[in-house]
Amino acid sequence: MNSDKSLLLKYLYDTRTRSIIFQVLLILSLVFGFWWIVDNTAVNLQAQNKSVGFGFLTQTAGFAISDTLGTWLFDYEVGTSTYLDVYFIGIANTFLVAFLGIIFATILGFTFGIMRLSQNFVFRAFSTVYIELTRNIPLLVQLFFWYFAVLRSLPNARGKVDIIPDVIGINIVGLYLPSAIPQDGFSLTMWAFAIAVVITFFMNRWATKRQQETGRIFPAFWAGLGLLIGLPLIVFLVSGSPLVVEYPEFKETGPILKRGFQKGAGMVLVPEMLAVWLSLSLYTAAFIAEIVRAGIMAVNKGQTEASLALGLKPNPILRLVIIPQAMRVIIPPLTSQYLNLTKNSSLAIAIAYPELVSVFAGTALNQVGKEIEMIFMMMSVYLTFSILTSIFMNWFNARVKLVER
Amino acid sequence: MLASNAMAGSHGDSTLAQVKAKGFVQCGVSQGLPGFSNADDSGNWTGLDVDLCRAVAAAVFGDASKVKYSPLSAKQRFTALSSGEVDILSRNTTWTMTRDTQLGLNFAGVNYYDGQGMMVPTALGATSALELDGANICTNTGTTTELNITDYFRANNMSFNLVAFEKADEVVAAYDAGRCDVYTTDRSGLAAQRGKLTNPDAHVVLPEIISKEPLGPVVRQGDDQWFNIVRWSLNAMINAEEMGITSANVNATQYNKVTPGVARLVGKEGNFGEELGLSNDWAYNIIKQVGNYGESYEKHVGENTPLKLARGVNALWTKGGIMYAPPIR
Repeated sequence: MNSDKSLLLKYLYDTRTRSIIFQVLLILSLVFGFWWIVDNTAVNLQAQNKSVGFGFLTQTAGFAISDTLGTWLFDYEVGTSTYLDVYFIGIANTFLVAFLGIIFATILGFTFGIMRLSQNFVFRAFSTVYIELTRNIPLLVQLFFWYFAVLRSLPNARGKVDIIPDVIGINIVGLYLPSAIPQDGFSLTMWAFAIAVVITFFMNRWATKRQQETGRIFPAFWAGLGLLIGLPLIVFLVSGSPLVVEYPEFKETGPILKRGFQKGAGMVLVPEMLAVWLSLSLYTAAFIAEIVRAGIMAVNKGQTEASLALGLKPNPILRLVIIPQAMRVIIPPLTSQYLNLTKNSSLAIAIAYPELVSVFAGTALNQVGKEIEMIFMMMSVYLTFSILTSIFMNWFNARVKLVER
Repeated sequence: MLASNAMAGSHGDSTLAQVKAKGFVQCGVSQGLPGFSNADDSGNWTGLDVDLCRAVAAAVFGDASKVKYSPLSAKQRFTALSSGEVDILSRNTTWTMTRDTQLGLNFAGVNYYDGQGMMVPTALGATSALELDGANICTNTGTTTELNITDYFRANNMSFNLVAFEKADEVVAAYDAGRCDVYTTDRSGLAAQRGKLTNPDAHVVLPEIISKEPLGPVVRQGDDQWFNIVRWSLNAMINAEEMGITSANVNATQYNKVTPGVARLVGKEGNFGEELGLSNDWAYNIIKQVGNYGESYEKHVGENTPLKLARGVNALWTKGGIMYAPPIR
């Protein structure tokens, strides 16, 4: 009896046994918790006479969606397009603002981050004011500000402001740009571009190798640029310019409703999209600027001094010594900012930009009422976007991180 | 939050028992639609839809003030109701077949017969919706209006561009700024929102009514008792108007000789309240504290309010309208 008890106690006090017991308990409670959620959902859905299923995706959607990249890509037409199309349109529109926002925010963020470290007082002060102003105002407020500021400052649908007369014009309905329509034979130009990319890639490798071996510098950047533009251009001209440019059309006469920019001529960027893009980029740029500043300041001053001692000029010092070392500090938090930007794009629902949350988890959800399935589908999209961004940035991080020798 | 509430809804007690236990009716209303459900500066909610919630509270507790309000967007409303966050949804919600059959909801009646209309700036010079080919149209997401306007333009072979916002305030602001040529929603909504425009007189509501929008209170499916309470609270208000019983004269019915119909309504005869799980003076309390349907209508949306909505089809069936409640007997 006594020995039994001591044996039990021995097992209990054994760290290995104890850790196994705790892990088993944790797994059991996780499994039970998950089962409880699923069962509870099923029971409640049944109580509400609702079924679970994805059959609704093939039903046709009976509502119109504002003209955007998504509706153009998936050829949205009321009465024939399905809820699955609506889903894809939402994804395309979300992806568009996220992608454009990331590019614009990165450029702005790096500019402001470096400006904040500038010796020039005006640059430094401007950057500081910008950063403190944008990152301390909630994004939703900025979104409304930009949207209504954009709307209020533009002429109405019957008027316009010419950015380039007869080519680019803007009014409250949108920014009208010319659109290029490829004709037969345009694929040759695309091929020429692809070939130019491949040649540039190998040329760069060759130039780096030669520089390392012999010290002679080949102007790889300019050569590459010339190749990337020149080769497709020559092919394009030789094949007879197979691209028709369609310009926006503006009418000033006729019935009032028919005046203004004409539907179907040229390309239009709606103000909703412009406002989302602008506010997401400007907001995120402030955070990126601080990350860039932190990254640059993390590089030891001795590095600059050593470079100067080697006779390098300020510009190459920044480009070849400071930035590469700063990147390893910058990349991980930069990734988080990219993920934030993508997820913040869901706020666009407030100003009628038809992204995923608005058209799919909003309008479509209200028509079919499949909350669980649709929210699940929406979450999967954000998860996939985020994971893909993470994977790419981790790969990039692995490339630029400090290699200890 | 969602799961635990839903669980309370299905495994637990009936909605009536829950409401009694917590001491108030949780009512889903709009985020501010003057005349229907709107909060004033000190946070008091008023309106035709709000009166229905108050009527239910009067029937259940004998006190119309025992209501708490949840302002909901069009998009949130059904989820809020089915998850158990609110007990009644009284938020100018259109009764449609899909909503009745697929969303796990029940419509307890109609408290306003509406139809979708369109408002345009007078400067546009349009006199009919059929002239609106190619127009930019602003509306709300998550409503039947998106579907109706799409149907209407398709049926008439007209093109249009739909700009759908989440909240009504943004729709009004965008339309006011000139983003759209047309603002479309239920005609009652147009009348209510018009006051928010910079220059309300520079806009005109087009004559076309492009849909049927029977608006009414909604409850969860599967609790017939609660469904009956909400349905008969509304019916009691309509019947009271028909019998000429108002908040002013309902007291007298307790002492004076009344017709059998009135006696049943105010609980002097029969045990209609007990059959609902309430006290027999349930309807008396509604009429006393909230008033009959006509009183509520005139007070919030009628000719003497900023909305200036004529009774029209919402008049009683005895007066040329279609407002008709089954008898209490």
